[in-house]
Amino acid sequence: MKSCEYQQIDPRALSVSPLSAQSHPQTKAQRPRRKWEVFPGKNRFFCNGRIILSRQSGVLPLTLGLIVITCGLFFAFDCPFLVEHLTVFIPVIGGALFVFVILSLFRTSFTDPGILPRATPDEAADIERQIDSSGSSSYRPPPRTKEILINQQVVKLKYCFTCKMFRPPRTSHCSLCDNCVERFDHHCPWVGNCVGKRNYRFFYSFIISLSFLTSFIFGCVITHLTLRCHAGKSLIQAIQESPASIVELVICFFSVWSILGLSGFHTYLVASNLTTNEDIKGSWSSKRGAEDSGNPYTYNGIIKNCCATLCGPMPPSLIDRRGFVPLDEAAAAACTSEIELPPFTAKNDTNMCTQSTKDVLERMLHSSDFHGVCPAGPPKTSPLGLEASDSLGAARAPSMCSRRADSPCTTCARSRKDSLHSINPAFRLASPSPSLPRVNLALSDTQEKGFIPLP
Amino acid sequence: MLPCPSSSRGKCKLLRLQELQTPPVSSKVFIQRDYTSGTICRFQTKFPSELENRVDKQQFEDTIQTLNNLYAEAEKLGGRSYLEGCLACLTAYTVFLCLETHYEKVLKKISRFIKDQNEKIYAPRGLLLTDPIERGLRVVEITIFEDRGVGSGR
Repeated sequence: MKSCEYQQIDPRALSVSPLSAQSHPQTKAQRPRRKWEVFPGKNRFFCNGRIILSRQSGVLPLTLGLIVITCGLFFAFDCPFLVEHLTVFIPVIGGALFVFVILSLFRTSFTDPGILPRATPDEAADIERQIDSSGSSSYRPPPRTKEILINQQVVKLKYCFTCKMFRPPRTSHCSLCDNCVERFDHHCPWVGNCVGKRNYRFFYSFIISLSFLTSFIFGCVITHLTLRCHAGKSLIQAIQESPASIVELVICFFSVWSILGLSGFHTYLVASNLTTNEDIKGSWSSKRGAEDSGNPYTYNGIIKNCCATLCGPMPPSLIDRRGFVPLDEAAAAACTSEIELPPFTAKNDTNMCTQSTKDVLERMLHSSDFHGVCPAGPPKTSPLGLEASDSLGAARAPSMCSRRADSPCTTCARSRKDSLHSINPAFRLASPSPSLPRVNLALSDTQEKGFIPLP
Repeated sequence: MLPCPSSSRGKCKLLRLQELQTPPVSSKVFIQRDYTSGTICRFQTKFPSELENRVDKQQFEDTIQTLNNLYAEAEKLGGRSYLEGCLACLTAYTVFLCLETHYEKVLKKISRFIKDQNEKIYAPRGLLLTDPIERGLRVVEITIFEDRGVGSGR
């Protein structure tokens, strides 16, 4: 084997813990991974994939905190007085509304909004072929669009460069979550998630119930203070006796206008079967003057539109978070790290690369053609130097390659590289949060690149 | 593609052996979605040219049409879906944690149907239909194998 200065990168010099990173591929290759662990979007998963959240959770803790604190103060300070003077149903109704609001909030935040999984490499290649064959060959037209007829209306479908597919109608790519979401409404920072096809009804019930809750608490606090004043005390005295009421009053006063406004707006959207995205962009407004059916998705009836949006069938999650990654894909992920293991062991004692870690890694990540080197590639570093991994790597790599005989490792590596490229590479390597498989890939990518110049 | 370095000739041999053992996948055909009726799940029934020598056109169209009908059944707006929606709303959407939705039931029916079609019609002709749910309901992926018989395609 030709010696190359890059060969002898001591993994111990790497910033990421190499032992754990290198030993993990072995164990991970045997343990089947769930799809959420290799999900390319900017999402966070909990409870082994059952709960999905946007990586930017926004002000969800603030939302939760405001609701809990306001209701807590209400139950602690206002309810005892009101139960004594009015009726016991006040805390009962308040409690029911509070529970409903919290459950709706959690359902909105933790539900997959209708994320479309990215196109497989074969699909993407097929679409590219179709675009190339139908379009002009002299230059590449900048935005890729496809026009289709929906209910006698022309609708343009845009090509998503991240997800490598033509977006279905009403689908939009959320830049914060880096996912295409079906029937995309908006990305709500208050709930820390996108609002789309699957969780729009939860979002709507959240804002409706929240408007009821804030109005209810506002009314009750006003009643409380009024009753205290009627008992012969001045307003100042009443406030001094129940200072928490002022806090609640202020919070509710400012919330009630915005929440009621939002509820009204979304009621209008539901009744006309529109999304916030479409309304803001004015997708159908230019045609609204001409004909009633400017919006091709409307059922032309308020009740029907409401039923369709809120009570329609619940579509399933398309990303299958808890499914297992198919073995050939898992092997593809593991092979790039495993195949590198064996040959280095023999060369461990020769010239060590003296470049700084970050330089090497950054250079390699910025390479474009590392994946030309497939499993039969040059040796890689491994502190473990295991014979077992040698045979394992050797066996795995060919099987991976043979499966993809027609679409070589380039595509599988490229798709992984694309998903990696969605985040700044240097940052990704430095931060511990990216999942280990990505770190492995990043490591192996960098190591592979180093070997390309080998004669 | 770089030539096999001398020290990894063993690996190259293994690669060739592995290739012989699994039948190579020839190509894939993708049946795209048909959006003419809106956003409901429908697939185009146009017969792709790559399958001309492989399967009967009518049979293929029947398969796709049955799939479309099943998806329409899943997404139908009717008494049942409204009842489900109202029940879910009243229970603050916790009912979905225990019960299976109508859509999920129909999806199971669809995978049984696809498995059945594969066994009876497509596998003997060297084809394999992939359940659209595995592709995010975007496409119906049909894998064409060069060799007839069982393959390990996607």
